[in-house]
Amino acid sequence: MAEPILEVEALTKRFGALVANDSLSLAVEDGAVHALIGPNGAGKTTAIAQISGELRPDGGRIRFRGRDVTRLPIHRRARLGLARSYQITSLFPDFTALENVALAVQARAGHGFRFWKPARGDAALVVPARDLLARVGLRGRADVPAAELAHGEQRQLEIAMALATTPSLLLLDEPIAGMGRDETGRMVDLLRALRDSVTILLVEHDMDVVFALADRITVLVKGRAIPSGPPAAIRADRRVRDAYLGEEA
Amino acid sequence: MLLFLEQTLNGLQLGVMLFLMAAGLTLVFGIMNMINLAHGSFYMIGAFAAVAATRASGSFALGVVAAVAAAGLVGLATESLVLRGLYRREHLDQVLATFGLILVFNELVSIVWGPQAMFLEIPAALSGTVEILPGAPYPAYRLAIIGAGLAVALFLWALIARTRIGMRIRAGASNREMIGALGVDIGRLYTLVFGLGAMLAGLAGALAGPLLAIEVGMGENILILAFVVIIIGGLGSVRGALIGALLVGLVDTYGRAYLPSGLRAFVDPAVADNMGASLAAMAIYLLMAMVLIWRPRGLFPAHE
Amino acid sequence: MTSPGRREIVLVAGLALLLAAPGIAEALGEPFLTSLFTRIVIYALAAASLDLILGYGGLVSFGHGAFFGLGGYVVGILAFHGAEGTAIPFLPGEWAGTTLAVVAWPAAIAAAALFALVIGALSLRTSGIYFIMITLAFAQMLYFFFVSLTLYGGDDGLNLWERSRIPGLDLYDDTTFYYVSLAALLAFLYLAWRIVNARFGMVMRGCKQNERRMRALGFPTYRYRLAAFVLAGAGAGLAGALIANHTEFVGPGLLHWTRSGEIMVMVILGGMGTLAGPVFGAAAYLLAEEFLSRYTEHWLLFLGLFLIFVVLFAKRGIYGWLAGPGARDG
Repeated sequence: MAEPILEVEALTKRFGALVANDSLSLAVEDGAVHALIGPNGAGKTTAIAQISGELRPDGGRIRFRGRDVTRLPIHRRARLGLARSYQITSLFPDFTALENVALAVQARAGHGFRFWKPARGDAALVVPARDLLARVGLRGRADVPAAELAHGEQRQLEIAMALATTPSLLLLDEPIAGMGRDETGRMVDLLRALRDSVTILLVEHDMDVVFALADRITVLVKGRAIPSGPPAAIRADRRVRDAYLGEEA
Repeated sequence: MLLFLEQTLNGLQLGVMLFLMAAGLTLVFGIMNMINLAHGSFYMIGAFAAVAATRASGSFALGVVAAVAAAGLVGLATESLVLRGLYRREHLDQVLATFGLILVFNELVSIVWGPQAMFLEIPAALSGTVEILPGAPYPAYRLAIIGAGLAVALFLWALIARTRIGMRIRAGASNREMIGALGVDIGRLYTLVFGLGAMLAGLAGALAGPLLAIEVGMGENILILAFVVIIIGGLGSVRGALIGALLVGLVDTYGRAYLPSGLRAFVDPAVADNMGASLAAMAIYLLMAMVLIWRPRGLFPAHE
Repeated sequence: MTSPGRREIVLVAGLALLLAAPGIAEALGEPFLTSLFTRIVIYALAAASLDLILGYGGLVSFGHGAFFGLGGYVVGILAFHGAEGTAIPFLPGEWAGTTLAVVAWPAAIAAAALFALVIGALSLRTSGIYFIMITLAFAQMLYFFFVSLTLYGGDDGLNLWERSRIPGLDLYDDTTFYYVSLAALLAFLYLAWRIVNARFGMVMRGCKQNERRMRALGFPTYRYRLAAFVLAGAGAGLAGALIANHTEFVGPGLLHWTRSGEIMVMVILGGMGTLAGPVFGAAAYLLAEEFLSRYTEHWLLFLGLFLIFVVLFAKRGIYGWLAGPGARDG
């Protein structure tokens, strides 16, 4: 079996007396869709933030494609192929959808220190950007300022931008949060279509979506991980049931 | 040695004045995340009100009361008319709007009292000197300022550490999103904090009155020092404001007193005096830079 | 959606007015207007350079006056030694300064850019209010430094006995000097326009809208901000060189934080994040100063109120109001 694309070992993060992640370990297989689930406050977003580089762990190690990235700053991880989409939409509101994606493409292409040639007419940026917009279903909305897009469209734009950096691992933090039925369906189709090109680690609350998409699931409860397994096993796992039911009780 | 003692007391006196300015500023920034450049204007209004009231009534004590009241009222009016619209705005907007307020207040004061500087006499009761050590007389008025400042510090400590309002203030300084969620009336808390800050600035202005020329624009100079103090002390922390203010007051005073003469050992007197004066003026900015390198959020930040 | 027609009209009208200003002044029999418009153009340059980092980059720098004043002082000091025939003390060799514009003005730009590099390198490690305070602190330090230079007038400032010389042009002629300044402004605006629309500019503007995302995308944002900061400083340095010539005087006041505040006010009055905005803002501020002050010495009161009004209700500024919603990229 190939080396996992992402290995998290004994990841620990404390906020004062609160232990958000308690010696968390997981491994994401290359080419898989891996879901991270758990009750509210279990530490999922904290874990994602540490994997993407926004938070420094207090303990443990993160290995991406065999390389120790625990101390690497965000933009370096992005350059290595680790991309993230945000739970709270984080776009460039005054830029059009096309400009948003073009900027992401530019990030990958490098050469940002160009002062003369207009970027809007730059085919090297615009052509891939249009492709990506088409891929996520936003082809017709290219010239709309991001702030004016519908919520679901903004989430699609988020994914397009994450894809623009041609990542090998895509971290999705609650991609369908706040979406209605139709929008959710579209997003699931989109994610399914992406499976072939990129490994996905996704944090999600919606169980139906998780079980429809995921190859492996890791359950976080109070900062600790119940060992990962395929959906059927997790569904049947006693501890998982207790964790969820216990929370609801 | 006696000179050193005198300079130290001068430094403490300046520090205490800066504390009065900085305390309000740091709370307003810490709780309301608001940069208020017009804070210096409350100081100026306090000074002018003190002069006007003292001349009218013959009593400096009344002048101080008038200063605090005037600054407080102007502060509350400003808060409800202008600043409410700025709480959610970015810092740039707050900087520009309050810069506009500086212009407005300067002109209004100039219209009411004219462009000439005014002067206030040290109140007769405090016009003598006190012998702190044998052979070391020190102006009683300045000692009174130090005393007053420390009293205010004590009062603020009691208010913040020991009362419910104080608890809300502390909570607000460390996590402003939470207190709204906890059901605290944010609007009232903001108004209270702002008003308190303005009154303290007015008090500082009144106390400074007898020591300085009271003129339009006097707020700008002390405003910058106050911002340096709150950066050094840590945003949102009254304790930080006190330590920072005393530090800045001492560094500035020692710098001005000793750098010119100290440099004479190395370069000729004229150059030394010049270089010394300018290094002294720069000293607090260098202090701020050094503190930020060591502690990027200041000495006692209210929230990490 | 946008009103491109309106914007073009406003820009063309503005440009026409600027080009015709000396002619209008003469026709009205008010030659001082040429001098006033020269001031407007020079401050417009300073404001435009600030807008590059403020409006487009989102960096609230209270130290911009430092680069403005520095440029002025370079020209002043070079002219001072040139007139006196004495060697410049802190430079190696026995260089006795110069009044040649082709030397002095690039020197002003280079000095401003160099200081912007140093100050920016240190300040841009911080953000938010810390950034504002650090830039302000540096400006104040430079201010006090120049106050201490008694050789160059200290607090009283330095008179320029001679304006800069450009062979073939008489810079003492108000009209000629006006067109030289206007050329400098237009050249900078053109440069800024290209920069803002090129890849570099897109990164800067992205940083202003969402810096966190820029870093997540993989952009080393610090480098871009520093480059922009240096370019802005260079522009302010050029403006400083021009103002020194125009007023035939430089003083530490040019570096004071309140001067930076004034320039910032010009940017916001005109419309932040556009290129034409700063020009309108500088014009509004200086015209108000000139004409309102004839009616009342308290004209700053009205300016202050207007500024508060603009910030609270009319963020797009004068240019935004004139040109309509299509007023992007100047």
